[in-house]
Amino acid sequence: MTLDRDLMQTIIARYPRSRSAIMPLLHYVQSVSGYVTNEGIETISEILGIETAEVSAVATFYTQYKRKPVGEYHVGVCTNTLCAVMGGDAIFSALKDHLGIENDGVTADGKVSLEHIECNAACDYAPVVMANWEFYDNQSVESAKSLVDGARAGNPPAPTRGPNKLVTYKEASAVLAGLDDGLAREGLQAGAPTLLGLKLSKEGK
Amino acid sequence: MSKLTPVLSAHWDEADSFTIEAYTRHGGYTASKKALAMDPDAVIQLVKDSGLRGRGGAGFPTGMKWGFIPQGDNKDHYLVVNADESEPGTCKDMPLLLANPHVLVEGCIIACHAIRAERAFIYIRGEVTHVARRMNAAIADAYKAGHLGNGIDITLHIGAGAYICGEETALLDSLEGFRGQPRLRPPFPAIAGLYARPTVVNNVESISSVPAIINNGAEWYQSMGTEKSKGATLYSLSGHVNNPGQFEAPLGITLREILELAGGVRTGHKLKFWTPGGSSTPLFTDAHLDIPLDYEGVAAAGSMLGTKALQIFDETTCIVRAVLRWTEFYKHESCGKCTPCREGTWWLVQILRDLENGTGTEADLEKLLDLCDNIMGRSFCALGDGATSPITSSIKYFHDEYIAHVTNGACPFDPVKSTLFAGAVN
Ligand SMILES: Cc1cc2nc3c(=O)[nH]c(=O)nc-3n(C[C@H](O)[C@H](O)[C@H](O)COP(=O)(O)O)c2cc1C
Ligand code: SF4
Ligand code: FES
Repeated sequence: MTLDRDLMQTIIARYPRSRSAIMPLLHYVQSVSGYVTNEGIETISEILGIETAEVSAVATFYTQYKRKPVGEYHVGVCTNTLCAVMGGDAIFSALKDHLGIENDGVTADGKVSLEHIECNAACDYAPVVMANWEFYDNQSVESAKSLVDGARAGNPPAPTRGPNKLVTYKEASAVLAGLDDGLAREGLQAGAPTLLGLKLSKEGK
Repeated sequence: MSKLTPVLSAHWDEADSFTIEAYTRHGGYTASKKALAMDPDAVIQLVKDSGLRGRGGAGFPTGMKWGFIPQGDNKDHYLVVNADESEPGTCKDMPLLLANPHVLVEGCIIACHAIRAERAFIYIRGEVTHVARRMNAAIADAYKAGHLGNGIDITLHIGAGAYICGEETALLDSLEGFRGQPRLRPPFPAIAGLYARPTVVNNVESISSVPAIINNGAEWYQSMGTEKSKGATLYSLSGHVNNPGQFEAPLGITLREILELAGGVRTGHKLKFWTPGGSSTPLFTDAHLDIPLDYEGVAAAGSMLGTKALQIFDETTCIVRAVLRWTEFYKHESCGKCTPCREGTWWLVQILRDLENGTGTEADLEKLLDLCDNIMGRSFCALGDGATSPITSSIKYFHDEYIAHVTNGACPFDPVKSTLFAGAVN
């Protein structure tokens, strides 16, 4: 697939200074290619008028920019302390066994990749799993296995707090590039833990 | 009367709470209208009078921060909202933005007016696709409704996975298109921030608290909270409790009170240790249940209110395992700019790994404390200091448990017992 330079210019136009667009442009490259390709780095360097080494330096600093293809469904298991203790460690090791891949690995069919991730700001829903950076809350070994099995069969379950259907890694990357996919109104406004304090206060507690 | 005071969270239980229709239905965008008709200095004064303090961790008075922006300097000014939310345990800003992104948009309009900025940037961490969608749609809808685009613009910027970009000067470098590494201060962002222009950096919750203050007045806000910690705030309860979640309450509520509301520590177990405000704030134990959770109360007890991320761990949790995991996080997230943090966190992890798997020695504990001594206060930014918090506080309260790993030659805990799926009673 090819990069749309006109679209890239609209991303640049969001900012007072063009260099600020480097991060959304890298997300955009991932939305086209599934990872940060050399061609992507060269194109960004060309249109921003900076060295490729400078673009690479930025791309390698941030963990979400991948220098090799990830799966169509990129799965992250939170193994920061709270989620790890609550079951994240067990989930992560079960998924490695189940998929036969290691951390940062991709299944042979290219469908699922796996990584352990840091706290994803959802600790009241621990243990947390993310797929294409959508929330899968309160996971167990079994639910996480059905998530990856569904993903491999092209039929993943919907996120807990996200759109009605799990988008692909490339589609999610376009959202992270700031592009509108029209799905903002889908899904819950909040899960039960988010609403707990409000509910109790309405009960006079 | 309820101990809780839902203001930010008041309408989150309506299925369409994130839409502009719902926000407007509940009086949304009346505060910005009111503020835009006020003199900017009067808005700053009102926020000063309310006593609102930063909710991103440090608790700096918000109105005072706005007041540092030079006036009449003929330069562009910027507002930058910190929505990087990555401090372990912290989980308030993302659910807030998922449920009601418009309150942040309105807060940005008011803050921009106050500091004479024509543009705000909202920097959201990259690992939350649906939050990005909601925020983007809210900004677009606010433009369509004419709330934005008439002298105030908002640009959404989405990160790509780096805890350090929550540190305000690293965030600015990241937003300028560089690797996110902290800057030397001074100059402070108020003088030379984004693109070397006067810049206010505020947390999501801080800015989102402003519309209600404009509508209800400083006195109303002052009526909640304690002497120096005014207002209400989101406390995020997670971990080994029967009912985790968000609790919006006046500053100064205690963990005991929140736990009572939440149905307590998970049934059949007891509280062992907890963080008052994320992993960078020194740990507390069951001896701290009655500490008022305000800026002063928590500091007086030797920790920090931080982000009010109350992570609860019961007696099944190995303290060494917990601390090692946090330390691995700091090592991974260290930006590498300064030696004490870059090298220090690496050594901390090596020693803690030995201790956890039972091959450590008593002397290792001294080494850990020595290393912490050399990192604390000698690091370029607060990430390094934060890395030492779980270690020094856990050795203070759980020295014997570290020693038990040494004498046992192994970890005495069964990790299965700590999991959610192990059930309430083992
Ligand atoms: C390593 C590190 C990470 C931080 N992460 C965040 C964050 O995710 N969100 C945030 O608002 N503040 C974070 N802060 C604090 C910011 O530097 C800054 O104090 C804050 O955004 C100011 O906003 P406030 O005055 O409204 O609290 C972090 C600080 C450090 C040292
Ligand atoms: S303390 Fe750590 S994160 Fe902060 S500047 Fe130094 S190396 Fe970077
Ligand atoms: S520790 Fe997993 S989401 Fe916070």
